[in-house]
Amino acid sequence: MPDIETIRAQFPILSQKVNGHALVYFDNGATAQKPRRVIDAISEYYTSSNANIHRGVHSLSQKATGLFEASRKTIASHFNIAHEQQIIFTSGTTDSINKVAIGLSKNYLKPGDEIILSAYEHHSNILPWQLWAQENGGVLNVIPLLPDQTLDYTAYENLFSEKTKLVALAHVSNTLGVVADVGRIKAIADRHSVPVLLDGAQSAPHMNIDLHALNVDFFVCSAHKMYGPTGMGLLYLSEKWLEELPLAHTGGGTIKTVSFEKTEYAEGALRLEPGTPHIAGAVGFAAAIDFMSTVGMAALFDHESKLSQLAQKRLLEIQEVSVYAQSHHKAGVISFNVKGHHPFDVGTLLDKYGIAVRTGHHCTQPLMRHLGVQGTVRISFAAYNTEAEVEFFADKLKKVIKMLG
Amino acid sequence: MGIAEKEKEIIEEFELFGDDWEGKYEHLIELGKSLPLIDTTLKTDDRLIQGCQSRVWLRSEYNEGRMEFTADSDAIITKGMVALMVRVLSGESPEEIVKARLEFVDQIGLKQHLSPTRANGLVSMINRMKQEAVSHLKH
Repeated sequence: MPDIETIRAQFPILSQKVNGHALVYFDNGATAQKPRRVIDAISEYYTSSNANIHRGVHSLSQKATGLFEASRKTIASHFNIAHEQQIIFTSGTTDSINKVAIGLSKNYLKPGDEIILSAYEHHSNILPWQLWAQENGGVLNVIPLLPDQTLDYTAYENLFSEKTKLVALAHVSNTLGVVADVGRIKAIADRHSVPVLLDGAQSAPHMNIDLHALNVDFFVCSAHKMYGPTGMGLLYLSEKWLEELPLAHTGGGTIKTVSFEKTEYAEGALRLEPGTPHIAGAVGFAAAIDFMSTVGMAALFDHESKLSQLAQKRLLEIQEVSVYAQSHHKAGVISFNVKGHHPFDVGTLLDKYGIAVRTGHHCTQPLMRHLGVQGTVRISFAAYNTEAEVEFFADKLKKVIKMLG
Repeated sequence: MGIAEKEKEIIEEFELFGDDWEGKYEHLIELGKSLPLIDTTLKTDDRLIQGCQSRVWLRSEYNEGRMEFTADSDAIITKGMVALMVRVLSGESPEEIVKARLEFVDQIGLKQHLSPTRANGLVSMINRMKQEAVSHLKH
């Protein structure tokens, strides 16, 4: 991993002051900041390569198409996928999950069928399935959490029935940082021949993800949490689903031939990418992947783990603080509360010291109900965060607690 | 004391802190703590103003041409802001409340708490206070 100052120097936004203090950005779980190379790639694309892609005979269109498809290759290779057509560009994780949910509801999911998800899912991996369940008499079965807020794998295994058609699971809990044991999840699902959708919104930014090895049916994530642009994400499909997933949306660019009676669709990714895609977004996403490669995913995970462990240690030194899911296997996310104080107050005062944290339910209201709280304070790390920032945060948190009295 | 005088009093109170934001927030927190508690039986859903994060309960009464407000919040900073609003608007006529622009918030440097992106339910609370005043306007 390059030294931390070299990394920080690549992020223009980090040099700004917030409320008179150097910005300490600990809200990476919501969105990560963008390195210069991502900003430049997007700007450069619009400056010198912008044209609509595919089928254009003119040079600029060919250049844009080349960049777009090269981006798909870069991203596929990052996730160790040999066949880059298995990467579909979407507007983000939420869009990807909806595409799968709508597609599967057309002919795969039947009334009375069951889907397994977990107690700590993000709303975006609950609502598309809930909508299907409500409209079709489907059932959502929820994997409960153990007292340490990790998944109860025994209960998971017992949730399967003949009606189980899908497991849709967060790879990393956005609120708790807990990492699911995908090997174990997948092995049990395989025994029942049930496909698995892995929500990688909070794992892809933090760890090496080998989709060939994980061998899940669907994988989704968002570029903006991975140092890339907003409005861009991906849907990875297994070979089988790439061919078979019914369309949620359709339109221009997806076809071989069209008549008013009948349409023959294109093969591969194009079938699932109607309309003009977010070309600049794809280019920016690939630049973000390049940035992550220069850091190295293993080194990044270690760096963030060190920060998490230090933060957890400092938090536990404060008597009034309780930390959720203190398990060791976490991905750069810590949720905590200060006894007797609302997360909103803690977050508001930390902001006065230039420290950006997230407070509230983190789009995981069922989990909040399980924990018996209105919300939590969440800190989440990225490549550019430092131990000094963690110490500054811990120091100011103590001050904040004193102020709140 | 009318709304304008009360606003002036609050501005003077906060001027004492100058640029010391910590002092200012400590004062706000104290104001929140000193706000008379609403009986829990009155914290009903029809009095609840749901922000995304902190919740505010507002109770209003109309007596002899004047509105009386009592309010509460589960977050102490929000509660401090609530206390300021109650102090300024309580005891005033519906006509004055509807007209009130509450610009003192900007002058005491706490305007960020009234920006629409703040998830604290305060803007909704002020709207609710004004709506309840509107319902008692003399036509």
